[in-house]
Order: sequence, then C-alpha cells, then structure tokens
Amino acid sequence: MEDLIFNLFIFVLASFVGFELISKVPPTLHTPLMSGANAISGITLIGALIIAGGSESVYAQWIGFVAIVFATINVVGGFMVTDRMLEMFKKKEDDK
Amino acid sequence: PNSIQLIYLIATGFFIVGIRRLGSPATARSGNQLASIGMFIGVFVTLFDRDIISFEFIIAGVILGALLGAFAAKKVKMTAMPEMVAVFNGFGGGASALVAWGEFSRLETGSFEVQALITTGLSILIGSITFTGSFIAFGKLKGFIGGGRIALPGQNIINLVLTAAALALVGWFTVDPEYQLVFWSLFGLALLIGVLTVLPIGGADMPVVISLLNSYSGIAASMAGFVLGNNLLIISGALVGAAGLILTNIMCQAMNRTLFNVLFGAFGGDEGGPG
Repeated sequence: MEDLIFNLFIFVLASFVGFELISKVPPTLHTPLMSGANAISGITLIGALIIAGGSESVYAQWIGFVAIVFATINVVGGFMVTDRMLEMFKKKEDDK
Repeated sequence: PNSIQLIYLIATGFFIVGIRRLGSPATARSGNQLASIGMFIGVFVTLFDRDIISFEFIIAGVILGALLGAFAAKKVKMTAMPEMVAVFNGFGGGASALVAWGEFSRLETGSFEVQALITTGLSILIGSITFTGSFIAFGKLKGFIGGGRIALPGQNIINLVLTAAALALVGWFTVDPEYQLVFWSLFGLALLIGVLTVLPIGGADMPVVISLLNSYSGIAASMAGFVLGNNLLIISGALVGAAGLILTNIMCQAMNRTLFNVLFGAFGGDEGGPG
C-alpha cells in the first residue's frame, strides 16, 4: 500500500510537470514535438528489458522479446525521424 | 539498487529539459538530442539491474527493433511524417500492453497485489487501444481506409458502452485475475475499441488523434511502470501523457476546434456535412 501511495505521488507530480512543460508551441513544431514526445514514451523499453531478461519462464521471455522489438522501433525510429524533421526545419530557417 | 535509481533521476532530467526545448524553434533539435541521451542512459543502466539474468532475447530484440526503426525513419518521405509517428506510437503502446502481460504471466498464482492488477489491466487497456488506434490512423492517412468519416449509426454510444464494459473488465480482472476469459476479453475489447474510436474520425483531424494517442501511450507506459514498480517508467510516461494532452489541445485550438468536437463530431450535428 505504501508503494502505491508513493508511486501515485510521483505519477501526479510528474503529470503536473508535463502539463507545465509546453505552452505556445508554433504550428511548425507541432509534429516534431509530438514525434519527440512519442519517442520518449518508448521508455517502456526498459520494462520490456526486465521482462525479457529477468524471467525464467520462456513464455514471458517471448512476450518480452516482442515488447523489446516494438519499443525499440518506437525509440530508435522516433528519435531519428524527429531529428530529420528538425534538420529540415533548421535549413528552412537558414534560407530566409 | 540505489545507484540505478540515481541514474534514472539523471535520465528524468534529460527528458524534462528535452521536452521543454522541443517546444521552441531555436532549441528543438538539441531538445530531441537531449531526450535521446536520456533514453540511452535509462536503457543502458537498466541492463545492470540484478534482476536481468539473460541477454539473448535482449540483444536480438534490440538489434531487430533498431534496424526496423532506423530503416523506417530513413526511408519515410517528409510528407508522410504524421503517419510515421502514428506507426511508431502504435508500437510503443503495444509494447506497454505486452510488458504488463509479460509481468502478469510470470507472477506466481496467489501472489497478486491489487495495485499490480489494476495497473496491469489499465496498461493492457490503454496500450492496446493505442496499438490498434494508431494503425487505423496510419491507414486513414495513407488512404488504405476511407479518409472520411466511417461510422455506424449510434457509433458514439456504442463506443461509450464498450469503454464502460472495458473498465468493468479491468475491475473484474482485479477481483478475479485467474479467470482467463476475463483477461482475454479485456485484451480483445481494448483492441476493438482502438479501431472503433478512430474509424469515425475524419482524415483531416488525424494529426490531433495521433497526438492524443501519443498521450495515451505515455499513460500506458506509466501504468506499466506501476506494474513493475519502476520510477523512471512512471515519471517519463506521466510526462509524455500530460505534455501530449496539452499539445493535443494546442493543435485543436490551431484548427479552431475543441477536442470533444474532434472525437465525437461524427454525429455532432454542428458539422453539417454528410456522415
């Protein structure tokens, strides 16, 4: 029970930080910001690592394996594609 | 161990500063890079967790996922970015559902805690909705599925009833986790809800929907963090969930719409267009 309360505390506090983090984003940044935040949500990869590597059940390991593949696609693809968008953004700004 | 927790705290800092910098044109690229460094730190230090005993699946999974993700990110056309984000997001949400399922499957019968069960149920529910919803959004933007509004009569009511049923199943699962039928019904219903809630929404509104689903995948990751008792997952997931919700709202405002109108507008009447 103490664990639950503690976890709820950090969940709520982190949510408040998230609410305050962004404001007045220019429209050109909507998609890159969405994409960058999406890559961060791939953090679930660390959960997948614990399932795939920490388990003696082969069944759970396979579930963990698929979760790792999915989450790594999210993380690697997400950060790379965001960088590509922002790179283009920067070039456009330089041309002006 | 405490050292891992402290390094998780550093990764959290990278994420917070990264998201902050992503919101402003001059600093956006460095923000993304900072966030990716935070991710690397978090993943790397997790490998030293003493619970991790074998690495075959980890190495194979990371290599395969990284190759697929990098290939897709390199090949995608600049005009196809929103659908690419949708696909990545779908995989992230799916991964959170799988993490919760994996943890549940390895728990010994009888050792279930209520906290873990509720959050397992929620993680599977939200993660699965994100998974199928994102792929429907992708299909709509690609034109595989009709870009316009596809809706059954009374679609909003159907969706509402199904969502209530799914929440009831989360409750039932918490009370009776060994009842297989409840577990699988929850999984299946969540996947169906993802399809049915995105299908009625018009193609032009898809970026808003993808942003909302991005917020969902953050919450799903956070719930997976509750299941595993992992601070970094709880915090990063909550950050993305909250920031994603704000961004969704900003995107709606840019179109002079409300989120409610985007989500339930198919039969809202104020659109005036054919269904």
